[in-house]
Amino acid sequence: MSEQTAVPAGDADSKPFWESCARHAMELQRCTECLRFRYPPRPVCPHCLSDRTAWLPVAGTGTVYVQLGVYPRGKDAPPEPLGLTMVELDEGVRMWSNVVGARADDVRIGDRVRLVYEDVGTAALPRFTLERADAVR
Amino acid sequence: MIDRRLSGAYAIAGIGETPVGKLPEYTTTGLALLAIRAAIRDAGLALGDVDGIVADQPNNVPYRAYALALARNLGLRPGYATDIALGGASPIGCVAHAIMAIAAGLCHTVVCVHTQKQATGRAEARRGHLYDGLEDYEEPFGLTSAVSQHATVAARHMHDFGTTSEQLAAVAVAFRKHAALNPAATMRTPITVADVLASRWVTKPLHLLDCCLVSDGAGAVVVTSSERARNLRKPPIYVAGFGLGYTQGPLEMPALTTLGSAQSSAVAYAMSGLRPADVDFAELYDCFTIIPLVTLEDYGFCAKGEGGAFVSDGRIELGGALPVNTHGGLLSQGHVEGMLHLTEAVKQLRGGEVEPERQVPDPRIGIVSGHGATLSAHATLLLTNESPA
Repeated sequence: MSEQTAVPAGDADSKPFWESCARHAMELQRCTECLRFRYPPRPVCPHCLSDRTAWLPVAGTGTVYVQLGVYPRGKDAPPEPLGLTMVELDEGVRMWSNVVGARADDVRIGDRVRLVYEDVGTAALPRFTLERADAVR
Repeated sequence: MIDRRLSGAYAIAGIGETPVGKLPEYTTTGLALLAIRAAIRDAGLALGDVDGIVADQPNNVPYRAYALALARNLGLRPGYATDIALGGASPIGCVAHAIMAIAAGLCHTVVCVHTQKQATGRAEARRGHLYDGLEDYEEPFGLTSAVSQHATVAARHMHDFGTTSEQLAAVAVAFRKHAALNPAATMRTPITVADVLASRWVTKPLHLLDCCLVSDGAGAVVVTSSERARNLRKPPIYVAGFGLGYTQGPLEMPALTTLGSAQSSAVAYAMSGLRPADVDFAELYDCFTIIPLVTLEDYGFCAKGEGGAFVSDGRIELGGALPVNTHGGLLSQGHVEGMLHLTEAVKQLRGGEVEPERQVPDPRIGIVSGHGATLSAHATLLLTNESPA
């Protein structure tokens, strides 16, 4: 997981996303014409150019698409890498996040993950936990 | 439809390089002007012969219109001037745009330049770094570096094809071997695969020695018609073909293991009528070891997934079947956004302009790649010293 926990203020395109995270009910944009999800948020569908969009809650499940271990620099840096995870949501879009509750090295491509939230003040960041039973906790 | 009439109709007539490394005594724009001067002199031209300028923005100083700032510094009133914003694909992108501008009749002789002071010049920036527009979706989770962005490709390539850290290391070892023969290179002490594996992790699965240098420096080339180039000081190096390729970057590109290099090389091959088997050497953008490995696959030198085996056993070293990065590359010579891959290819094809021990024997055709903008841009250039029929 990351040391950086600031939640972006968001903009006209992304405010609904960050607000849904704050409610612990993450929503993504889905095109109401071609019915495909998209992420990051934007007002036009990258598949069909439609501007008709609905914000829909996600199932909260996905698969690890890439797992990285970022090594912090500096005298007081921890020896363990910080996990940086690209998750493919079951809705078909990928997002950057972190798998919490597991060592970075114990998370593998293909692992099933479930959405959780980390509160930061009144906002929240979307993160994930491993579904795998043998995951190191 | 690719216009094959472009093939061989334009040439690189001059090249210029500044030193690379830590150069606190120069300004970013000063380096650009010195590289431009060197390229124009190399071509045997005068300033007044140049009527086009295409620039890549320096990474350390965000300019609104860099080509115009350089034109003002040179007193040029160009027929064509623009910036190319393709990250490490920009140097070849500059050449492509130069050719398109000449073909359109807007100008006849164009200088293309890239400069940067990433090692000592970041303080010059007054408005912060350049943006990709994805920062809100990356930085909160700890994604803050080009290393991590490129580590995605390595992680997926290893998972999907069984590529190993040792195979990535072979890339760094080969380019360092070449840099050891290049007095202009920053890192010249030979390294082994074990050295790469023993270097610290930056972002796993990439070690420190899988990562390129951070440098100050500049490079420039002069592009003109082949007809004009034949009457200049140096033998023309003809542009047999060029191509550009694009993806959406790591979050949205279809597969992380195929880059824009598949598209850009297909265009360049189609324009030139050349095939991978025709190529004598390659100068491939190497910000991280995984990128030239994937580029070799996308360019058709081996099948997808076989890049790891291809780069092992000395095949990409001088004396091997396909020498790659004969100057040492971004990994060992220095990082000028790939502009020095271009100048190196020209020197190799001219012959007699590099140290004899790193000269590819009698090359006819070289391929050059550029790659940048967080995996979203790629460019391919096919160069030859053979006069078009």
